[in-house]
Amino acid sequence: MNLSNYLVLSAVLFTIGTSVVLLRRNAIIVFMGIELMLNASNLAFVTFARMHGDLTGQVVAFFVMVVAAAEVVIGLAIIVAIYRTRRSASVDDANLLKS
Amino acid sequence: MTAQFVAPEIAWAQLLPVILVLGAGVVGVLVEAFAPQRLRRPLQLVLALGGTAAAIVAVAALWPQTVADGGTVVLGGSMVLDGPALALQGVVAALGLVGLLVIADRTETGEDAFAPSAAAVPGSDYEEVARRRGLAQTEIFPLVLFSLGGMMIFPAAGDLLTLFVALEVLSLPLYLLAGMARRRRLLSQEASLKYFMLGAFASAFFLFGAALLYGFAGSVRLSDITVAVGSVTGLDPLLIAGSVLVLVGLLFKVGAVPFHAWTPDVYQGSPTPITGFMAACTKIAAFGAMLRLVYVVMPGLEWDVMPVLWGVAALTMVVGTVAAIVQTDVKRMLGYSSVAHAGFILVGVVALTQSGITSVLFYLLVYGLATIGAFAVVALVREVNAGPGGAVVAEATHLSQWAGLGRRHPVLAGSFVLFLLSFAGIPLTAGFIGKFTVFSAAVEGGLWWLVVVGVLASAAAVFFYVRLVVLMFFTEPAGPDAPTTTVVRTDGLSQVAIGVAAVATVALGVVPGPVLDALGDVAVFIP
Repeated sequence: MNLSNYLVLSAVLFTIGTSVVLLRRNAIIVFMGIELMLNASNLAFVTFARMHGDLTGQVVAFFVMVVAAAEVVIGLAIIVAIYRTRRSASVDDANLLKS
Repeated sequence: MTAQFVAPEIAWAQLLPVILVLGAGVVGVLVEAFAPQRLRRPLQLVLALGGTAAAIVAVAALWPQTVADGGTVVLGGSMVLDGPALALQGVVAALGLVGLLVIADRTETGEDAFAPSAAAVPGSDYEEVARRRGLAQTEIFPLVLFSLGGMMIFPAAGDLLTLFVALEVLSLPLYLLAGMARRRRLLSQEASLKYFMLGAFASAFFLFGAALLYGFAGSVRLSDITVAVGSVTGLDPLLIAGSVLVLVGLLFKVGAVPFHAWTPDVYQGSPTPITGFMAACTKIAAFGAMLRLVYVVMPGLEWDVMPVLWGVAALTMVVGTVAAIVQTDVKRMLGYSSVAHAGFILVGVVALTQSGITSVLFYLLVYGLATIGAFAVVALVREVNAGPGGAVVAEATHLSQWAGLGRRHPVLAGSFVLFLLSFAGIPLTAGFIGKFTVFSAAVEGGLWWLVVVGVLASAAAVFFYVRLVVLMFFTEPAGPDAPTTTVVRTDGLSQVAIGVAAVATVALGVVPGPVLDALGDVAVFIP
């Protein structure tokens, strides 16, 4: 099994995540896109670790998971606060700040 | 055969500045959990100001050693505490201390800049009850300390993992703090959402870039990547894509064009003391990390990646200046002006000369002082409700509300003028010396065309700074006789911060020599 397939998968997942962030309006879905991008990076790290025969990449993946969990806590707190204020989680509705 | 576990050696003394700040933050969380409500604010104030001041003392104590031996690599290479890292830690801690004074300040009615209960829905009965009972979210102090700790690790990070973790540690508390304003809470929450979404998006790019660099070099250590740049061949696409993606993450944090879209919105919506703190300290930390990356890893990539940075620098100066000219909100105008300043600092970063490092360190210091001072002034200028004895409410951020302010409050308006002149780079203020050193470093690096763009942008920027000065001192307020704008009375901490920033801005403008020499002594990165 060729290891570079995993890299291709990682790039595809990262691209899907980016498209989700740019195209969807619901803050929760946008946020899921960001999580997908982080996990695509994790896959790349683990694959490269296997290619290099080096454990650092796997350790990095663990750190990223912890950081992503912290990010989820903050992100959902902000989205819930916005939802309770506006009764909407659409990122397009939050448009009071502009020139 | 079992591998022998070897306990790592930890250089506690070198890590002391970071440990003091983060330790004060952790104790602050315990205070929130166990101290009675009336004791929390005094305890948090002592912890926050004490922890930050102790960090400054620790930096000063480490200074002579670092000047002598160039610094050390600690934690097995995860942190590189060389001269620039130590200098930036000192600058971040000092500006954090000034910023904390502004954050801690309260009006004479005991209201700080933050919502009495950030979880309450704006306009709800619960919010009103929380306001009447005088609740306060003293959690802001530990949050600021954690953010400050992240900012002190960021410029010292020796590998991409530490860089990523520090990036998140400095950002996550700021996302929350941005959403906690007492007034105009819808704007504040919106700022928080935008900052969080775009910040997380940018850090995902950063992480993918880090993964590609790891794939290229087989190590996340910056020194190993530097070696691999010279030795590994055939993997250039990984190297260049990785470097660009990592730089995107950092350019987002400093608010460089085209990654600046969040800057004006977040600066306008956040509580003003937090805006000042993050505008100054985040930029310093992120430019510190970028300096390390560009000067340690990128010299081998001068013709692949540097042209991108040249373009970003030119675009940032021009777009920031042009957009600031048309703004009508003072916080938004300062936001765009900070975008322009990111461009000026980038000119020093891409110079790739020894004087480039010194000039960027100096520019960051003077920009941070003027920024915290300017936003502290903005936080004090408030609207008054119509009618006799009207209550003092939210900040008067529309430019027209500042008309004639200089005649009624000459000292405050005078210090604001000083900060604006420093932004504009008028001689005898620190901003002039900052711009001069950055531009001369770029000329030395052969980038004269970038300097021409920078000088033209500075000249155009003078227009909107001076317009505000004219508005404050030479324009009568329109409308009814009673002024609708006033300067709120406070505990006095903001005035101390403004005074410190103003004195330092003048002092660094008149006698910059000692500080420039001290920064020049330490401006050497160790790989």
